Amino acid sequence: MAFVAEVGATAERSAAYVGGLAHLFAKSLRLLFSSPLKRNRGFQRAVHQAMVAGVGAIPIISLITFFVGVIIALQGAYQLQRLGAIQLVASLVSISITRELGPLVAAIVVIGRSGSAFAAEIGTMRVTEELDALETMALDPVAFLVVPKFAAMAVMMPCLTLWSDLMGVLGGCLFGVVSGSFTFGSYLIATRDVLVMHDVTTGLIKSLVFGLIITAVGCQEGFATGVGPEEVGRSTTSAVVVSIFLVIVVDLFFTTLFYLARGTS
Amino acid sequence: MSAPASSAPAISVNGLRVAYGSREVLHGLTFEVRRGETMVVIGGSGSGKSTLLRTLVGLEKPSSGEVHINGVDVAKAGPRELDTVRKKIGLAFQGGALIGSLSVGENIALALREHTALAPNTIEVMVRIKLEQVGLSGFENYTPSQLSGGMRKRAAFARAMAMDPEILFFDEPSAGLDPITAAGIDDLILNLKKAYSMSIVVVTHELASAFLIADRIILIDRGDIAAIGPVDEIRKSTHPRVRQFLDRIADSTQDEEVDHMRMFTEGIK
Repeated sequence: MAFVAEVGATAERSAAYVGGLAHLFAKSLRLLFSSPLKRNRGFQRAVHQAMVAGVGAIPIISLITFFVGVIIALQGAYQLQRLGAIQLVASLVSISITRELGPLVAAIVVIGRSGSAFAAEIGTMRVTEELDALETMALDPVAFLVVPKFAAMAVMMPCLTLWSDLMGVLGGCLFGVVSGSFTFGSYLIATRDVLVMHDVTTGLIKSLVFGLIITAVGCQEGFATGVGPEEVGRSTTSAVVVSIFLVIVVDLFFTTLFYLARGTS
Repeated sequence: MSAPASSAPAISVNGLRVAYGSREVLHGLTFEVRRGETMVVIGGSGSGKSTLLRTLVGLEKPSSGEVHINGVDVAKAGPRELDTVRKKIGLAFQGGALIGSLSVGENIALALREHTALAPNTIEVMVRIKLEQVGLSGFENYTPSQLSGGMRKRAAFARAMAMDPEILFFDEPSAGLDPITAAGIDDLILNLKKAYSMSIVVVTHELASAFLIADRIILIDRGDIAAIGPVDEIRKSTHPRVRQFLDRIADSTQDEEVDHMRMFTEGIK
């Protein structure tokens, strides 16, 4: 019975947590359109966030998705070779990258770079009373800190995902060319022929939701930081763990949804 | 501006109770801070004086009672109304609480930039004036982490004064500072008092500083007001807890608690 009670309590906590995320998002959305703060200064803060969280992530995302592209090509070729269908490597790489791995790898890199940074930044501000200081200056911490982050991430995550799609395909291309099955041009043509717009857009829709989740979790963990510097570390860790978990859950949900929608139409 | 008549108190607290969970920290405080007066709140660690300050500026919600600042009940005010009150007050935090990602100058300019329509170069001049007042001229472009503890407190004063508030709050202005810097901070508060007709509320446990800067003193003891009155009255008070605080006599019950703890810990060994 104690086990059942434990499961119930955990479910309740989880529901409250997700409710908190939704609340933070809804409040930010409201403040975005009726901000008590100056609009142009909020825009500057959003651009700053976009530079740090988005543009700053380009090198590492490029490198990782490029390698992932090569890996998928290698693994795919291992099986496809036996069927004499090595030409299908281009399709395999492009579909798996745009529909799944591009958005996911971009999200995981952004969690590590920015989700953790959001939690650490806001958590430190909680510990040093900076959040209280903002409040006493009549500057709502959500309007001041969270809204620009949401805005930046909602724009940058899809951009980063598009970029990581491209780098993944180029990774596959490297294998295709080195293995001698393709030329650079023929690989890109094969990719173009197999991809439909739907493949890319489903990935982009997912990435937008990932971006919102990463921001909400990072900021919520930051605000929930208790007293003392060691609490900042705890918030940061839990921002990363919770974000990765939620991103995977949402990924599963959307992938199932897209699969079912495809099946019936 | 719809400032109430000058006879109306700047702050009026009525039956204020604050609780963290089931533990009540303030047990029904009632007092007033008059306009232009410097009120110093003294009390031991854990007496509830910091909680009182946080409640006055609306950072903590009272479990019952009222806190009126300029006639607005802070506890029941909506966010917009609370913001209007907060634009008229300044709070200098104990550790400064300067925004770490901004320079000292930007910290002071922050509220001016967000809440006023002043031109950037006007704001720049105002920042320079505020920094000069606290003796930090030329430190605009330093980051808070590059400043010493005392300088950070001064910068926090400058930020608290940025909007020319009607009421200034200081949380432990001289805590953790060497005697010379602490005296400098006292002088600074005295100068502010002379130069502007602000109401000032200072929370401190430094007695010398309290007697120097205060018009009136409140002694908070375990969540209750043990004494309230002009400086001389407090100094001459015969109230046992007040005497104990002023004469720095240790709490005998505290010793008993320590003994009790020792008994426990040694028992565990």
